Amino acid sequence: MSESTIKKTYTCIICPNGCDIEAEIKDGEILSITGHTCPKGEAYVHQELTAPTRTIAPSVLVTGGELPLASVRLTKPIPKDMIFPVMDEIKKLTITAPVCEGTVVLEKVCGLDSEVIITKNVKAK
Amino acid sequence: MEKKDVVIIGGGPAGLAAALELYNKGIHDIIILERENHLGGILRQCIHDGFGLSRFGKSLSGPEYAQAFINEIEKRHIPYMTNATVLELTNDKQIYAMTREGLKLYQAKAVVLVMGCRERSRGALGIPGERPSGVFTAGTAQAYMNLYNRMPAKEVVILGSGDIGMIMARRLTLEGAHVQAVFEIMPHPSGLPRNIIQCLEDYNIPLYLNHTVTDIHGGSRLTGVTISQVDEKLAPIPGTEKEYTCDTLILSVGLIPDNLLSTDAGVTLDPHTKGAYVDEHFQTNIPGVFAAGNVLHVHDLVDFVSLEAEALAHSAASYIHDGMLPPCNLAIKAGNGVGHTIPQKISGDMDFKLSLRVRSHYRDCRIVLRQNGEEIAVKKMKKAIPAEMIQFTVKSEKIQKHGELEVSVE
Repeated sequence: MSESTIKKTYTCIICPNGCDIEAEIKDGEILSITGHTCPKGEAYVHQELTAPTRTIAPSVLVTGGELPLASVRLTKPIPKDMIFPVMDEIKKLTITAPVCEGTVVLEKVCGLDSEVIITKNVKAK
Repeated sequence: MEKKDVVIIGGGPAGLAAALELYNKGIHDIIILERENHLGGILRQCIHDGFGLSRFGKSLSGPEYAQAFINEIEKRHIPYMTNATVLELTNDKQIYAMTREGLKLYQAKAVVLVMGCRERSRGALGIPGERPSGVFTAGTAQAYMNLYNRMPAKEVVILGSGDIGMIMARRLTLEGAHVQAVFEIMPHPSGLPRNIIQCLEDYNIPLYLNHTVTDIHGGSRLTGVTISQVDEKLAPIPGTEKEYTCDTLILSVGLIPDNLLSTDAGVTLDPHTKGAYVDEHFQTNIPGVFAAGNVLHVHDLVDFVSLEAEALAHSAASYIHDGMLPPCNLAIKAGNGVGHTIPQKISGDMDFKLSLRVRSHYRDCRIVLRQNGEEIAVKKMKKAIPAEMIQFTVKSEKIQKHGELEVSVE
Protein backbone atom coordinates (compact mmCIF):
# COMPACT_ATOMS: atom_id res chain seq x y z
CA MET A 1 0.00 0.00 0.00
CA SER A 2 1.54 3.33 -1.00
CA GLU A 3 1.58 6.29 1.35
CA SER A 4 -1.24 8.19 -0.30
CA THR A 5 -3.58 5.20 -0.10
CA ILE A 6 -6.07 5.48 2.74
CA LYS A 7 -8.38 2.86 4.19
CA LYS A 8 -11.81 4.13 5.10
CA THR A 9 -14.80 2.44 6.68
CA TYR A 10 -18.34 3.33 5.68
CA THR A 11 -21.69 2.27 7.09
CA CYS A 12 -24.04 2.07 4.14
CA ILE A 13 -27.32 3.93 4.79
CA ILE A 14 -29.17 2.82 1.67
CA CYS A 15 -31.03 -0.01 3.40
CA PRO A 16 -31.47 -1.29 6.96
CA ASN A 17 -28.77 -3.95 6.50
CA GLY A 18 -26.30 -1.13 7.19
CA CYS A 19 -23.32 -2.95 5.66
CA ASP A 20 -19.88 -2.06 7.00
CA ILE A 21 -17.90 -1.30 3.87
CA GLU A 22 -14.12 -0.95 3.74
CA ALA A 23 -12.65 0.98 0.88
CA GLU A 24 -9.08 1.68 -0.15
CA ILE A 25 -8.90 5.13 -1.63
CA LYS A 26 -6.13 6.86 -3.52
CA ASP A 27 -6.41 10.40 -4.87
CA GLY A 28 -10.18 10.28 -4.59
CA GLU A 29 -10.40 7.00 -6.53
CA ILE A 30 -11.64 3.71 -5.04
CA LEU A 31 -8.92 1.09 -5.44
CA SER A 32 -10.72 -1.73 -3.69
CA ILE A 33 -13.97 -2.17 -1.84
CA THR A 34 -15.14 -4.99 0.47
CA GLY A 35 -18.02 -5.69 2.83
CA HIS A 36 -20.94 -4.54 0.69
CA THR A 37 -23.59 -7.14 -0.05
CA CYS A 38 -25.16 -5.43 -3.07
CA PRO A 39 -24.17 -3.02 -5.86
CA LYS A 40 -25.92 -0.16 -4.06
CA GLY A 41 -23.17 -0.30 -1.41
CA GLU A 42 -20.46 0.44 -3.96
CA ALA A 43 -22.51 3.26 -5.46
CA TYR A 44 -23.05 4.66 -1.96
CA VAL A 45 -19.32 4.74 -1.18
CA HIS A 46 -18.62 6.37 -4.54
CA GLN A 47 -21.30 9.00 -3.81
CA GLU A 48 -19.98 9.61 -0.28
CA LEU A 49 -16.51 10.10 -1.68
CA THR A 50 -17.48 12.53 -4.43
CA ALA A 51 -20.68 14.33 -3.39
CA PRO A 52 -22.65 12.93 -0.44
CA THR A 53 -26.43 13.15 -0.76
CA ARG A 54 -29.31 12.73 1.67
CA THR A 55 -33.08 12.95 1.80
CA ILE A 56 -35.17 14.76 4.39
CA ALA A 57 -38.79 14.22 5.37
CA PRO A 58 -40.25 17.13 7.38
CA SER A 59 -43.76 18.62 7.20
CA VAL A 60 -45.64 21.64 5.85
CA LEU A 61 -48.37 23.75 7.45
CA VAL A 62 -51.97 23.08 6.49
CA THR A 63 -54.86 25.49 6.95
CA GLY A 64 -58.42 24.28 7.42
CA GLY A 65 -57.41 20.66 7.90
CA GLU A 66 -58.18 17.98 10.47
CA LEU A 67 -54.44 18.18 11.23
CA PRO A 68 -52.33 21.39 11.37
CA LEU A 69 -49.65 19.89 9.13
CA ALA A 70 -48.99 17.35 6.43
CA SER A 71 -45.81 15.31 6.14
CA VAL A 72 -43.63 15.70 3.03
CA ARG A 73 -40.53 14.07 1.58
CA LEU A 74 -38.09 14.57 -1.25
CA THR A 75 -38.44 12.44 -4.36
CA LYS A 76 -34.67 12.28 -4.84
CA PRO A 77 -31.67 12.76 -2.54
CA ILE A 78 -30.08 16.22 -2.48
CA PRO A 79 -26.49 17.30 -1.75
CA LYS A 80 -25.86 17.11 2.00
CA ASP A 81 -24.92 20.79 2.21
CA MET A 82 -28.30 21.76 0.71
CA ILE A 83 -30.34 20.22 3.56
CA PHE A 84 -30.82 23.46 5.50
CA PRO A 85 -31.51 25.71 2.46
CA VAL A 86 -34.15 23.17 1.33
CA MET A 87 -35.60 23.09 4.88
CA ASP A 88 -35.94 26.90 4.71
CA GLU A 89 -37.94 26.64 1.47
CA ILE A 90 -40.19 23.93 2.88
CA LYS A 91 -40.83 25.98 6.04
CA LYS A 92 -42.17 28.86 3.92
CA LEU A 93 -45.01 26.71 2.56
CA THR A 94 -48.61 26.73 3.73
CA ILE A 95 -51.18 24.64 1.88
CA THR A 96 -54.95 24.42 2.16
CA ALA A 97 -56.84 21.25 3.08
CA PRO A 98 -57.88 18.84 1.68
CA VAL A 99 -54.39 17.59 0.94
CA CYS A 100 -53.64 14.43 -1.01
CA GLU A 101 -50.68 12.07 -0.76
CA GLY A 102 -48.39 12.32 -3.78
CA THR A 103 -49.16 15.99 -4.56
CA VAL A 104 -46.05 17.93 -5.59
CA VAL A 105 -45.78 21.10 -3.48
CA LEU A 106 -42.33 22.26 -4.64
CA GLU A 107 -40.80 21.41 -8.01
CA LYS A 108 -37.03 21.49 -8.38
CA VAL A 109 -36.56 22.74 -4.84
CA CYS A 110 -33.66 25.26 -4.67
CA GLY A 111 -33.02 24.48 -8.34
CA LEU A 112 -32.14 20.87 -7.50
CA ASP A 113 -33.33 17.73 -9.27
CA SER A 114 -35.77 16.81 -6.52
CA GLU A 115 -39.39 17.49 -5.72
CA VAL A 116 -41.16 17.95 -2.39
CA ILE A 117 -44.25 15.72 -2.25
CA ILE A 118 -47.03 15.29 0.30
CA THR A 119 -46.98 11.92 2.06
CA LYS A 120 -50.19 12.11 4.10
CA ASN A 121 -53.84 12.68 3.25
CA VAL A 122 -55.30 15.49 5.37
CA LYS A 123 -59.05 16.01 5.13
CA ALA A 124 -60.69 19.42 5.42
CA LYS A 125 -62.01 20.15 8.90
CA MET B 1 -73.67 -9.63 21.10
CA GLU B 2 -72.28 -9.71 17.59
CA LYS B 3 -70.63 -12.81 16.19
CA LYS B 4 -67.50 -12.53 14.06
CA ASP B 5 -65.10 -15.03 12.57
CA VAL B 6 -62.14 -12.83 13.47
CA VAL B 7 -61.79 -9.71 15.60
CA ILE B 8 -58.53 -7.84 15.06
CA ILE B 9 -57.48 -5.67 17.99
CA GLY B 10 -55.43 -2.79 16.58
CA GLY B 11 -55.37 -0.97 13.22
CA GLY B 12 -51.61 -0.42 12.92
CA PRO B 13 -49.35 -2.05 10.35
CA ALA B 14 -49.80 -5.56 11.82
CA GLY B 15 -53.58 -5.28 12.07
CA LEU B 16 -53.91 -3.91 8.53
CA ALA B 17 -51.74 -6.63 7.02
CA ALA B 18 -53.53 -9.37 8.99
CA ALA B 19 -56.99 -8.11 7.96
CA LEU B 20 -56.02 -7.85 4.30
CA GLU B 21 -54.48 -11.31 4.18
CA LEU B 22 -57.43 -12.89 6.03
CA TYR B 23 -59.79 -11.30 3.54
CA ASN B 24 -57.68 -12.48 0.61
CA LYS B 25 -57.83 -16.01 2.05
CA GLY B 26 -61.63 -15.87 2.00
CA ILE B 27 -62.29 -14.93 5.63
CA HIS B 28 -64.62 -11.96 5.17
CA ASP B 29 -66.52 -11.90 8.48
CA ILE B 30 -63.90 -9.79 10.26
CA ILE B 31 -63.56 -6.41 11.95
CA ILE B 32 -60.60 -4.22 12.92
CA LEU B 33 -61.04 -2.32 16.19
CA GLU B 34 -58.79 0.76 16.38
CA ARG B 35 -58.49 2.99 19.45
CA GLU B 36 -57.33 6.10 17.56
CA ASN B 37 -59.28 8.30 15.18
CA HIS B 38 -57.44 6.89 12.14
CA LEU B 39 -56.03 3.59 10.95
CA GLY B 40 -52.26 3.37 10.60
CA GLY B 41 -50.99 3.15 14.17
CA ILE B 42 -47.60 4.62 14.97
CA LEU B 43 -46.78 5.03 11.26
CA ARG B 44 -48.94 8.16 11.21
CA GLN B 45 -46.33 10.03 13.20
CA CYS B 46 -43.26 8.34 11.67
CA ILE B 47 -42.98 10.84 8.83
CA HIS B 48 -39.32 10.05 8.03
CA ASP B 49 -38.56 7.88 5.01
CA GLY B 50 -36.95 4.47 4.79
CA PHE B 51 -40.07 2.33 5.12
CA GLY B 52 -41.04 -0.30 2.58
CA LEU B 53 -37.63 -0.94 1.01
CA SER B 54 -38.08 -4.70 1.09
CA ARG B 55 -41.85 -4.74 0.54
CA PHE B 56 -42.32 -2.04 -2.09
CA GLY B 57 -38.73 -1.70 -3.31
CA LYS B 58 -38.70 2.01 -2.55
CA SER B 59 -38.19 4.31 0.38
CA LEU B 60 -41.55 5.54 1.68
CA SER B 61 -42.52 7.62 4.69
CA GLY B 62 -44.52 5.95 7.46
CA PRO B 63 -47.85 7.53 6.44
CA GLU B 64 -47.37 6.39 2.82
CA TYR B 65 -46.56 2.83 3.92
CA ALA B 66 -49.72 2.74 6.05
CA GLN B 67 -51.85 4.33 3.32
CA ALA B 68 -50.82 1.65 0.82
CA PHE B 69 -52.47 -0.91 3.13
CA ILE B 70 -55.43 1.32 4.05
CA ASN B 71 -56.22 1.78 0.34
CA GLU B 72 -56.42 -2.02 -0.07
CA ILE B 73 -58.63 -2.29 3.04
CA GLU B 74 -60.98 0.37 1.66
CA LYS B 75 -61.04 -1.20 -1.80
CA ARG B 76 -62.32 -4.48 -0.32
CA HIS B 77 -64.67 -2.74 2.14
CA ILE B 78 -63.09 -4.62 5.02
CA PRO B 79 -64.99 -3.46 8.13
CA TYR B 80 -63.11 -1.40 10.70
CA MET B 81 -64.12 0.85 13.55
CA THR B 82 -61.97 3.74 14.76
CA ASN B 83 -62.32 5.40 18.18
CA ALA B 84 -63.05 1.90 19.44
CA THR B 85 -61.14 0.97 22.58
CA VAL B 86 -61.14 -2.67 23.59
CA LEU B 87 -61.70 -2.80 27.34
CA GLU B 88 -61.57 -6.52 27.86
CA LEU B 89 -60.81 -9.77 26.11
CA THR B 90 -61.99 -12.95 27.80
CA ASN B 91 -60.43 -16.41 27.50
CA ASP B 92 -63.48 -17.60 25.54
CA LYS B 93 -62.84 -14.88 22.97
CA GLN B 94 -65.45 -12.32 23.91
CA ILE B 95 -64.40 -8.74 23.27
CA TYR B 96 -65.84 -5.72 25.05
CA ALA B 97 -65.18 -2.46 23.21
CA MET B 98 -66.07 1.16 23.98
CA THR B 99 -67.14 2.73 20.68
CA ARG B 100 -68.98 5.77 19.36
CA GLU B 101 -72.06 3.54 19.22
CA GLY B 102 -71.66 2.70 22.91
CA LEU B 103 -70.40 -0.47 24.54
CA LYS B 104 -70.15 -3.36 22.08
CA LEU B 105 -69.68 -7.05 22.74
CA TYR B 106 -68.27 -9.41 20.13
CA GLN B 107 -67.99 -13.16 20.21
CA ALA B 108 -65.11 -14.16 17.94
CA LYS B 109 -64.03 -17.55 16.65
CA ALA B 110 -60.49 -16.18 16.49
CA VAL B 111 -58.84 -13.07 17.95
CA VAL B 112 -55.81 -11.33 16.47
CA LEU B 113 -53.73 -9.41 19.01
CA VAL B 114 -51.93 -6.59 17.20
CA MET B 115 -51.82 -3.80 19.78
CA GLY B 116 -48.21 -2.82 19.18
CA CYS B 117 -45.91 -1.59 21.93
CA ARG B 118 -45.34 1.28 24.35
CA GLU B 119 -42.25 3.27 25.23
CA ARG B 120 -40.35 2.74 28.44
CA SER B 121 -40.79 5.92 30.50
CA ARG B 122 -38.81 7.86 33.08
CA GLY B 123 -40.79 6.14 35.83
CA ALA B 124 -39.76 2.72 34.54
CA LEU B 125 -36.09 3.74 34.60
CA GLY B 126 -36.24 5.26 38.06
CA ILE B 127 -34.02 8.25 37.19
CA PRO B 128 -33.67 10.27 40.41
CA GLY B 129 -34.06 14.03 40.61
CA GLU B 130 -36.73 16.70 40.39
CA ARG B 131 -39.89 16.33 38.33
CA PRO B 132 -40.02 19.30 35.96
CA SER B 133 -41.78 19.37 32.59
CA GLY B 134 -39.56 18.90 29.57
CA VAL B 135 -38.89 15.17 29.97
CA PHE B 136 -40.50 13.36 27.02
CA THR B 137 -40.30 9.94 25.49
CA ALA B 138 -39.11 10.16 21.88
CA GLY B 139 -42.51 9.07 20.60
CA THR B 140 -44.29 11.78 22.60
CA ALA B 141 -41.99 14.45 21.18
CA GLN B 142 -42.59 12.93 17.74
CA ALA B 143 -46.38 13.17 18.16
CA TYR B 144 -46.11 16.81 19.33
CA MET B 145 -44.03 17.76 16.30
CA ASN B 146 -45.46 15.59 13.54
CA LEU B 147 -49.16 15.46 14.43
CA TYR B 148 -49.88 18.60 16.48
CA ASN B 149 -47.34 21.11 15.12
CA ARG B 150 -45.89 21.82 18.56
CA MET B 151 -42.16 22.37 19.04
CA PRO B 152 -41.29 20.80 22.40
CA ALA B 153 -37.63 21.81 22.73
CA LYS B 154 -34.79 24.28 22.21
CA GLU B 155 -31.77 22.77 24.00
CA VAL B 156 -31.93 19.00 23.97
CA VAL B 157 -30.21 16.03 25.60
CA ILE B 158 -31.22 12.54 24.50
CA LEU B 159 -30.94 9.46 26.71
CA GLY B 160 -30.87 6.16 24.87
CA SER B 161 -29.77 5.38 21.33
CA GLY B 162 -32.99 3.75 20.16
CA ASP B 163 -34.00 4.44 16.56
CA ILE B 164 -36.84 6.83 17.43
CA GLY B 165 -34.49 8.86 19.65
CA MET B 166 -31.96 9.24 16.84
CA ILE B 167 -34.66 10.06 14.31
CA MET B 168 -35.97 12.73 16.69
CA ALA B 169 -32.44 14.12 17.10
CA ARG B 170 -32.43 14.83 13.35
CA ARG B 171 -36.04 16.04 13.29
CA LEU B 172 -35.46 18.48 16.18
CA THR B 173 -32.25 19.75 14.54
CA LEU B 174 -34.00 20.36 11.21
CA GLU B 175 -36.68 22.37 13.01
CA GLY B 176 -34.11 24.59 14.74
CA ALA B 177 -33.46 22.95 18.11
CA HIS B 178 -29.94 22.24 19.32
CA VAL B 179 -29.30 18.61 20.22
CA GLN B 180 -26.22 18.49 22.44
CA ALA B 181 -25.63 14.75 22.62
CA VAL B 182 -27.08 11.26 22.82
CA PHE B 183 -26.10 9.16 25.85
CA GLU B 184 -26.34 5.37 25.87
CA ILE B 185 -25.87 3.32 29.04
CA MET B 186 -24.87 0.17 27.13
CA PRO B 187 -21.44 -0.32 25.52
CA HIS B 188 -23.16 -0.57 22.11
CA PRO B 189 -25.83 1.52 20.35
CA SER B 190 -29.35 0.12 20.52
CA GLY B 191 -30.51 1.56 17.18
CA LEU B 192 -29.60 0.74 13.60
CA PRO B 193 -26.12 1.71 12.30
CA ARG B 194 -27.61 3.68 9.38
CA ASN B 195 -29.42 5.96 11.83
CA ILE B 196 -26.19 6.72 13.68
CA ILE B 197 -24.81 8.00 10.37
CA GLN B 198 -27.80 9.81 8.86
CA CYS B 199 -29.37 11.15 12.08
CA LEU B 200 -26.38 11.85 14.35
CA GLU B 201 -23.06 12.03 12.47
CA ASP B 202 -24.56 14.05 9.60
CA TYR B 203 -25.64 16.71 12.10
CA ASN B 204 -22.51 16.54 14.30
CA ILE B 205 -24.45 15.14 17.25
CA PRO B 206 -22.10 13.12 19.46
CA LEU B 207 -23.07 9.68 20.80
CA TYR B 208 -21.54 8.69 24.14
CA LEU B 209 -21.70 5.01 25.06
CA ASN B 210 -21.45 3.81 28.70
CA HIS B 211 -23.11 7.02 29.95
CA THR B 212 -26.45 7.72 31.60
CA VAL B 213 -28.51 10.44 33.25
CA THR B 214 -28.07 10.35 37.03
CA ASP B 215 -29.93 13.52 38.06
CA ILE B 216 -32.64 15.78 36.68
CA HIS B 217 -32.82 19.48 37.61
CA GLY B 218 -35.52 22.14 37.31
CA GLY B 219 -38.59 23.58 38.99
CA SER B 220 -41.48 23.91 36.57
CA ARG B 221 -39.31 23.30 33.47
CA LEU B 222 -36.18 21.24 33.05
CA THR B 223 -33.00 23.31 33.49
CA GLY B 224 -30.40 20.59 33.15
CA VAL B 225 -29.29 17.01 33.66
CA THR B 226 -26.33 15.32 35.30
CA ILE B 227 -24.58 12.71 33.15
CA SER B 228 -22.32 10.02 34.58
CA GLN B 229 -20.16 7.34 33.07
CA VAL B 230 -21.09 3.78 34.02
CA ASP B 231 -18.95 0.71 34.74
CA GLU B 232 -19.33 -2.79 33.25
CA LYS B 233 -22.19 -3.47 35.63
CA LEU B 234 -23.93 -0.30 34.36
CA ALA B 235 -23.45 1.38 37.75
CA PRO B 236 -22.60 5.13 37.66
CA ILE B 237 -18.94 5.82 38.43
CA PRO B 238 -18.59 8.46 41.20
CA GLY B 239 -16.54 11.47 40.16
CA THR B 240 -17.49 11.28 36.46
CA GLU B 241 -20.56 13.54 36.79
CA LYS B 242 -20.95 16.28 34.19
CA GLU B 243 -23.69 18.93 34.06
CA TYR B 244 -25.58 19.70 30.84
CA THR B 245 -27.84 22.75 30.61
CA CYS B 246 -30.97 21.88 28.63
CA ASP B 247 -34.73 22.47 28.57
CA THR B 248 -35.62 19.05 27.21
CA LEU B 249 -34.62 15.48 27.91
CA ILE B 250 -35.78 12.95 25.30
CA LEU B 251 -35.93 9.31 26.35
CA SER B 252 -35.40 6.58 23.79
CA VAL B 253 -34.80 3.71 26.15
CA GLY B 254 -36.75 0.79 24.83
CA LEU B 255 -40.14 -0.45 23.77
CA ILE B 256 -42.39 -2.88 25.62
CA PRO B 257 -45.17 -4.90 23.96
CA ASP B 258 -48.57 -3.64 25.13
CA ASN B 259 -50.12 -6.81 26.53
CA LEU B 260 -52.55 -5.66 29.21
CA LEU B 261 -55.52 -7.12 27.31
CA SER B 262 -53.63 -10.33 26.60
CA THR B 263 -52.66 -11.08 30.20
CA ASP B 264 -56.18 -10.31 31.47
CA ALA B 265 -57.45 -12.94 29.01
CA GLY B 266 -54.95 -15.47 30.36
CA VAL B 267 -52.36 -15.29 27.57
CA THR B 268 -48.98 -16.44 28.89
CA LEU B 269 -46.10 -14.03 28.23
CA ASP B 270 -42.42 -14.73 27.63
CA PRO B 271 -40.40 -12.72 30.18
CA HIS B 272 -37.72 -12.05 27.52
CA THR B 273 -39.90 -10.68 24.72
CA LYS B 274 -42.66 -9.45 27.06
CA GLY B 275 -44.97 -10.72 24.34
CA ALA B 276 -46.96 -13.93 24.15
CA TYR B 277 -45.47 -17.41 23.94
CA VAL B 278 -46.47 -18.49 20.45
CA ASP B 279 -46.09 -21.54 18.28
CA GLU B 280 -45.19 -21.54 14.59
CA HIS B 281 -48.82 -20.59 13.82
CA PHE B 282 -48.47 -17.42 15.95
CA GLN B 283 -51.07 -18.96 18.21
CA THR B 284 -50.83 -18.19 21.94
CA ASN B 285 -51.59 -20.65 24.75
CA ILE B 286 -55.30 -19.88 24.17
CA PRO B 287 -56.49 -21.74 21.04
CA GLY B 288 -57.73 -19.25 18.45
CA VAL B 289 -55.93 -16.26 19.98
CA PHE B 290 -53.03 -15.13 17.81
CA ALA B 291 -50.38 -12.41 18.15
CA ALA B 292 -47.95 -10.73 15.74
CA GLY B 293 -46.01 -7.53 15.24
CA ASN B 294 -44.70 -5.38 18.06
CA VAL B 295 -47.16 -6.79 20.60
CA LEU B 296 -45.39 -10.12 20.14
CA HIS B 297 -41.78 -8.91 20.00
CA VAL B 298 -40.38 -5.48 19.16
CA HIS B 299 -39.32 -5.24 15.52
CA ASP B 300 -36.91 -2.77 13.95
CA LEU B 301 -38.55 -2.81 10.50
CA VAL B 302 -42.21 -2.44 9.65
CA ASP B 303 -41.73 -4.54 6.51
CA PHE B 304 -41.15 -7.54 8.78
CA VAL B 305 -44.17 -6.65 10.92
CA SER B 306 -46.36 -6.87 7.82
CA LEU B 307 -44.86 -10.21 6.80
CA GLU B 308 -45.35 -11.65 10.27
CA ALA B 309 -48.99 -10.51 10.40
CA GLU B 310 -49.59 -12.12 7.01
CA ALA B 311 -48.13 -15.39 8.25
CA LEU B 312 -50.44 -15.09 11.26
CA ALA B 313 -53.42 -14.53 8.94
CA HIS B 314 -52.54 -17.70 7.04
CA SER B 315 -52.74 -19.73 10.30
CA ALA B 316 -55.83 -17.92 11.58
CA ALA B 317 -57.61 -18.70 8.29
CA SER B 318 -56.77 -22.41 8.69
CA TYR B 319 -58.04 -22.25 12.26
CA ILE B 320 -61.36 -20.80 11.06
CA HIS B 321 -61.68 -23.51 8.39
CA ASP B 322 -60.69 -26.50 10.53
CA GLY B 323 -61.53 -25.32 14.06
CA MET B 324 -58.02 -26.21 15.20
CA LEU B 325 -54.34 -26.18 14.24
CA PRO B 326 -51.79 -29.00 14.38
CA PRO B 327 -50.25 -29.32 17.86
CA CYS B 328 -46.80 -27.87 18.56
CA ASN B 329 -44.96 -29.82 21.23
CA LEU B 330 -41.32 -29.04 20.54
CA ALA B 331 -39.93 -26.10 22.53
CA ILE B 332 -37.24 -23.77 21.21
CA LYS B 333 -34.90 -22.36 23.83
CA ALA B 334 -32.70 -19.26 23.58
CA GLY B 335 -29.17 -20.52 24.23
CA ASN B 336 -25.76 -18.87 24.45
CA GLY B 337 -25.77 -15.28 23.18
CA VAL B 338 -29.44 -15.29 22.14
CA GLY B 339 -31.94 -13.04 23.90
CA HIS B 340 -35.16 -14.61 22.70
CA THR B 341 -36.76 -16.51 19.84
CA ILE B 342 -40.09 -16.42 18.02
CA PRO B 343 -41.76 -18.90 17.85
CA GLN B 344 -41.08 -20.59 21.16
CA LYS B 345 -42.82 -23.84 20.12
CA ILE B 346 -43.02 -25.76 16.85
CA SER B 347 -44.67 -28.89 15.44
CA GLY B 348 -41.55 -30.17 13.72
CA ASP B 349 -43.70 -31.08 10.72
CA MET B 350 -43.40 -27.91 8.67
CA ASP B 351 -40.82 -25.33 7.66
CA PHE B 352 -40.96 -22.20 9.78
CA LYS B 353 -39.33 -18.81 10.11
CA LEU B 354 -37.20 -18.33 13.21
CA SER B 355 -36.80 -14.76 14.55
CA LEU B 356 -34.28 -13.88 17.22
CA ARG B 357 -32.05 -11.21 18.67
CA VAL B 358 -28.50 -11.65 19.89
CA ARG B 359 -27.46 -10.23 23.26
CA SER B 360 -24.26 -8.43 22.19
CA HIS B 361 -22.07 -7.66 19.16
CA TYR B 362 -20.60 -10.59 17.24
CA ARG B 363 -18.41 -10.74 14.14
CA ASP B 364 -18.07 -13.72 11.78
CA CYS B 365 -20.38 -15.87 13.85
CA ARG B 366 -22.76 -18.75 13.23
CA ILE B 367 -26.32 -18.83 14.54
CA VAL B 368 -26.98 -22.51 15.13
CA LEU B 369 -30.25 -24.31 15.87
CA ARG B 370 -29.62 -27.70 17.48
CA GLN B 371 -31.76 -30.62 18.59
CA ASN B 372 -30.39 -33.62 20.48
CA GLY B 373 -26.89 -32.36 19.64
CA GLU B 374 -27.58 -32.30 15.87
CA GLU B 375 -27.39 -29.13 13.77
CA ILE B 376 -30.86 -28.45 12.37
CA ALA B 377 -30.14 -25.09 10.76
CA VAL B 378 -27.23 -22.68 10.54
CA LYS B 379 -27.03 -19.05 9.51
CA LYS B 380 -23.59 -17.56 8.99
CA MET B 381 -23.36 -13.87 9.83
CA LYS B 382 -20.61 -11.38 9.10
CA LYS B 383 -22.02 -9.18 11.82
CA ALA B 384 -24.76 -9.81 14.38
CA ILE B 385 -25.91 -6.96 16.62
CA PRO B 386 -28.71 -6.59 19.19
CA ALA B 387 -30.22 -3.70 17.20
CA GLU B 388 -31.08 -5.98 14.28
CA MET B 389 -33.58 -8.80 14.39
CA ILE B 390 -32.25 -11.94 12.71
CA GLN B 391 -34.62 -14.14 10.74
CA PHE B 392 -34.12 -17.32 8.77
CA THR B 393 -36.23 -20.18 7.48
CA VAL B 394 -35.78 -23.57 9.14
CA LYS B 395 -36.51 -26.68 7.08
CA SER B 396 -38.41 -29.41 8.87
CA GLU B 397 -36.55 -32.39 7.29
CA LYS B 398 -33.92 -32.77 10.02
CA ILE B 399 -36.24 -32.11 12.96
CA GLN B 400 -36.86 -35.18 15.13
CA LYS B 401 -40.11 -36.06 16.91
CA HIS B 402 -38.66 -35.58 20.37
CA GLY B 403 -36.15 -33.27 22.01
CA GLU B 404 -36.03 -29.59 22.82
CA LEU B 405 -34.38 -27.28 20.31
CA GLU B 406 -31.86 -24.63 21.25
CA VAL B 407 -30.51 -21.74 19.21
CA SER B 408 -27.16 -20.18 20.08
CA VAL B 409 -24.35 -18.03 18.73
CA GLU B 410 -21.13 -19.94 18.03
